[in-house]
Amino acid sequence: MKYSFLLFAASIFTFFSCVDSANESYDENARLPILGERAFVDGDTVYHTAPQFDFINQDSVNISPALFENRPYIVDYFFTTCPTICPRVKAEEIRVFDHFENRPELGFLSVSIDAGKDKVYKLKEYAEKLGVGTPRWHFVTGDEDHIYDIANDFFHIAQKDPDAPGGFDHDGRLILIDKNKHIRAFCDGTDGEQVDRFIKDVEKLLREK
Amino acid sequence: MLKNYSVKNNIALLLFVGSILMTMISISCTISSPNKQGENLYNQNCATCHGDEGEGLRNLYPPIANADYLQLHREELSCIIKNGMKHPIVVNGKDYHMPMPAATNLNAVEIHNILNFICNSWGNNLGYFTPKEVEAQLKKCQ
Repeated sequence: MKYSFLLFAASIFTFFSCVDSANESYDENARLPILGERAFVDGDTVYHTAPQFDFINQDSVNISPALFENRPYIVDYFFTTCPTICPRVKAEEIRVFDHFENRPELGFLSVSIDAGKDKVYKLKEYAEKLGVGTPRWHFVTGDEDHIYDIANDFFHIAQKDPDAPGGFDHDGRLILIDKNKHIRAFCDGTDGEQVDRFIKDVEKLLREK
Repeated sequence: MLKNYSVKNNIALLLFVGSILMTMISISCTISSPNKQGENLYNQNCATCHGDEGEGLRNLYPPIANADYLQLHREELSCIIKNGMKHPIVVNGKDYHMPMPAATNLNAVEIHNILNFICNSWGNNLGYFTPKEVEAQLKKCQ
């Protein structure tokens, strides 16, 4: 009797471990926070803002924050020959891009961390193969030190690492910047469920006045 | 006393049968594919580019699902997985030329399992590879 009961309890456990765990609830009304460090100057809160940058995109056009003046955009780091997480992140990002097909104000900025290999023509080809591109989605490169400097500011971990597959180690985060250059949300771009949530965050931001 | 004993026994039996049933359901949910190891290895080594359902990624990475390339190049598949590919290929009439990295971490048995999974999933129906066939292919890699 006692053993049957134990067996029964164990089988219930295995049964539920094979059923998907319930989704976390999502608060549609809560305002997206402003992320990053904050300072207090003369009694006012000064929020962390996205860095200044100076890149060149797949059409050889200079790209600076001025392009996203008064518009929200999504940033990620990648490189075209990345064999590990980038393809998955790009597949998920395309899902976000397609979801907001009718919101031309939302920009996309994919920064290559392989300035050596990812020349403009490579970025152009990559974007074309993915079937996405300007004016909404900019694949950019630039001075290598500059790329790594601002990566830190976008609170990414993007450093050269000879031991990592492909020679670089970085994470697959998608970062949402609002029209005031504040970082408002991010997600792990390799995780479909997190990206679903991120899409809701972007929708929420686009509803903000 | 006797009655109490048999009720207890019945409950024990019920719990026992219930456990067996639930364990069976759990097992059937973990072993949903006959090529489970191949599927796991595919997910770890191939799926980031070729997709969870072998769909590929737009015009960047070729599909494996319903890909004529598998039929046309059956003899080369083991070596492609082992050593990757650098030359452009045509799959279902479309050009692809992103290089594919070598999977030097995989041994012959693992390549065999991946092949049996991808060649018999998502509309592919190439039949099964024998371990000998895969070993023979790997010996002839260029």
